[in-house]
Amino acid sequence: MQMIEPRAMGTPLQRIDGAAKIMGTAPYAFEHRLERPTYLHPVQSTIARGRILKIDTRAAESLEGVIAVITHETAARLASDENKELWVLQSAKVHFRGQFIAAVIAQTPESARAGADRIAVEYEAARHDVSFSGGRKDLYAPKTVNAGYPTDTNQGDAETAFERAEVKVDSTYTTPMEHNSPMEPHTTIAIWESPKLTLYDSTQSVHSVRTTVAKSLGLKVDQVRVVSPYVGGGFGSKGEPHAHNILAALAALRVPGRPVKFALTRQQMFCLAGYRTPTIQRFRLGATRDGRLTSIIHDVVELTSRFKEFAEQTAVPTRLMYASPNRRTRHRLAALDLPKPSWMRAPGETPGMFAGEVAMDELAVACGLDPVELRVRNEPERNPESDNPWGNRHLLECLREGARRFAWSERDPRPRQRSDRGWLIGSGVASSTYPRYVLLGSRATIRCGERGQYTVRIGAADLGTGTWTTLTQIAADALQCPVEAVHLEIGDTEQPNATVAGGSSGISSWGWAIVAAAQELRRLHGARPAAGAEASAQTPKGADDETFAQHSFGAQFAEVRVNTLTGEVRLSRMLGVFSAGRIINPRLARSQLIGGMTMGLSMALHEESVVDERFGHVINHDFAGYHIAANADVTDMDAVWLDEVDDRSTPMGSRGIGEIGIVGAAAAIANAVYHATGTRIRNLPITPDKLVT
Amino acid sequence: MKASITLRVDGEQRSLTLDTRTTLLDALREHLGVTAAKKGCDHGQCGACTVLLDGRRVTTCLSLAVACDGTSVTTAEGLAPGGTLHPLQQAFLEQDALQCGYCTPGQICSALGMLDEAQAGHPSFVTEGLAAPAELSDEEIRERMSGNLCRCGAYVNIVAAIRQAIAERATP
Repeated sequence: MQMIEPRAMGTPLQRIDGAAKIMGTAPYAFEHRLERPTYLHPVQSTIARGRILKIDTRAAESLEGVIAVITHETAARLASDENKELWVLQSAKVHFRGQFIAAVIAQTPESARAGADRIAVEYEAARHDVSFSGGRKDLYAPKTVNAGYPTDTNQGDAETAFERAEVKVDSTYTTPMEHNSPMEPHTTIAIWESPKLTLYDSTQSVHSVRTTVAKSLGLKVDQVRVVSPYVGGGFGSKGEPHAHNILAALAALRVPGRPVKFALTRQQMFCLAGYRTPTIQRFRLGATRDGRLTSIIHDVVELTSRFKEFAEQTAVPTRLMYASPNRRTRHRLAALDLPKPSWMRAPGETPGMFAGEVAMDELAVACGLDPVELRVRNEPERNPESDNPWGNRHLLECLREGARRFAWSERDPRPRQRSDRGWLIGSGVASSTYPRYVLLGSRATIRCGERGQYTVRIGAADLGTGTWTTLTQIAADALQCPVEAVHLEIGDTEQPNATVAGGSSGISSWGWAIVAAAQELRRLHGARPAAGAEASAQTPKGADDETFAQHSFGAQFAEVRVNTLTGEVRLSRMLGVFSAGRIINPRLARSQLIGGMTMGLSMALHEESVVDERFGHVINHDFAGYHIAANADVTDMDAVWLDEVDDRSTPMGSRGIGEIGIVGAAAAIANAVYHATGTRIRNLPITPDKLVT
Repeated sequence: MKASITLRVDGEQRSLTLDTRTTLLDALREHLGVTAAKKGCDHGQCGACTVLLDGRRVTTCLSLAVACDGTSVTTAEGLAPGGTLHPLQQAFLEQDALQCGYCTPGQICSALGMLDEAQAGHPSFVTEGLAAPAELSDEEIRERMSGNLCRCGAYVNIVAAIRQAIAERATP
């Protein structure tokens, strides 16, 4: 692969969009200044399954300030029901509690909300089923799981090998329903100016919102424009359009020429913006007495909505982490009357590596081995599933470097040995992994301006990930010019197609398109192109994509303090060591990795969405009931990485770091809790009640 | 029902007539076009809407605009007249104390309010004893900043930025 020379890459450039965000002037979706706005407030179903018999909108319509009410009887007809999540206000059917069943368009947000309160609905309720358990008789195998992976895999005879193993671990782990909860709510301003629809949206992909909304409404793609220069976090929940995009568009059709402003409330985000499925994971490890794995069996049960399937790829990391001649993985789904689960930061790896890495800790205890040494003994030479050689596997270096920095060798391996004024202290370790993805389909255009300036255009997204800054650095190196000479334009479908900011693929995919466009510019116009010269290119397919197993790896070390009286767990120290190829910007990379670890801490100790089975909704649907890690929950935390350039992954030498920070973090903390207390908690989150006996 | 009020927003006198149900947050964002106060939860649980109201940090989503008639509001934008960042804002940039940026203006206002509270001797939940004003240890800063949630997980750098600003104040 032809690599670009790093000059701007690798330097800790400050965030280009930082000052505007710090002053609060960078416009997020709801903040675009538009003339004569209207406001939308939705009505949501109060049953979890059934149909609407009657919906009376008169009281709302007569309210001062209300412009119109749309229901399934009055909304415009959509063109495609291929995605049932987006089949909004098209039928009387109710699939889950909280579904949109009407919406009020008004002159002010106060009138819209008051109007929504005045809509009377009669239902014919059907018996709903939101009860998630591993013992259900109707569990089924999906055709594939998320990202196109096989549902089940089987190598050797895992069951027999497990039965005959000298040392066995057979444990069941659970992770709860979790909500992405970006700070900026899911938001759309929609304007219908026939024949064009414009959406100011908060999204991880303007282009996928455009194609999806166009298809849904029966418009041509070029009739729809989506604008999203700044995004207040997404973590997967803004990776695909949700029902609110369609509802805003339907409302815009009703008031042509006027902007319809629509932001979900925090409460609404708990049923309309995706979530991580709860999981029940039985993990079986068979090993020799000296800790060599002879069998790995990972059986996963998770849920999907009944109306549209989503199958998280929870067992996928188990297929590659450790060597074993026998291995079986399996996913089974319960289809329930709940909203559709979706992507949440490292879907698959996050819950799967919680179970797998706690199971490895249990095996280390059972074998009397240090958990780092256990992983060393089970390092696979090649990818166990594909038998491809590793592109760049440095798990053991991460573990060893982390152990050195964390002073792991001073640790007494026995649990419940250290205490300090009523707090038990322990430490734990876990591995991290995340695939290297490069998505095909992005295109970048570069245009030369006056005095050696370049305009680089690609419809990419910055959700806090640093895209504004890192793509500028990549473009500068691709064009061999200073970063000040690069004018980057992202976040608008007026720019060339860009794939989603998901799967930690953004910078790899978009950056490569920019590098290819710079090469094309030079090919067409020489080394010193004149003002007005332009070139465009797409992300190419990597030469090593089929022949090498390309993944990032990491090691996380955590130290916790557990109160002997209250069971409270406090994280006192945490270190992540990662192998992710070249780090484009160390200042921003450290933030993103620590951010992932912080979300992992939050998963370990705090987060749990609780479904009320009587009514079918999440009862703790706000930040008072759903605690995400706050400042006081995070103490001494750091992330470092191996000095590395991956010349098989991308011409920048990078892989992608958006997700790996969360993977393994919860397991490291759970393992530290075991070491501190001698109590093995297999059910997240690790709340005090589970430790006070 | 409508009411007319006057607010001093970032140094500028602003008069407006609005629905009495309007929160200070919506008054700023929807009536005055001031975007530095963010709506994250609308329930006083996330802190993204924090401004300095007559010098004290408040969540504007829990404040009705009509109840704020005659007050002075300072947002993160107002802390940077002409685009020149306040030293604390500069510290946020240098320490990379943000990612998506949505909670950031609220964090900035909250931090400034917090520093004044500490200087005035207000204790926090983690303050040991009430005899003397608390030293702003990292633990104190974390506790006092815990009303401002950051889902990107920038807390480590937020504390570092506040530390930097405190250090710069101390060295003239």
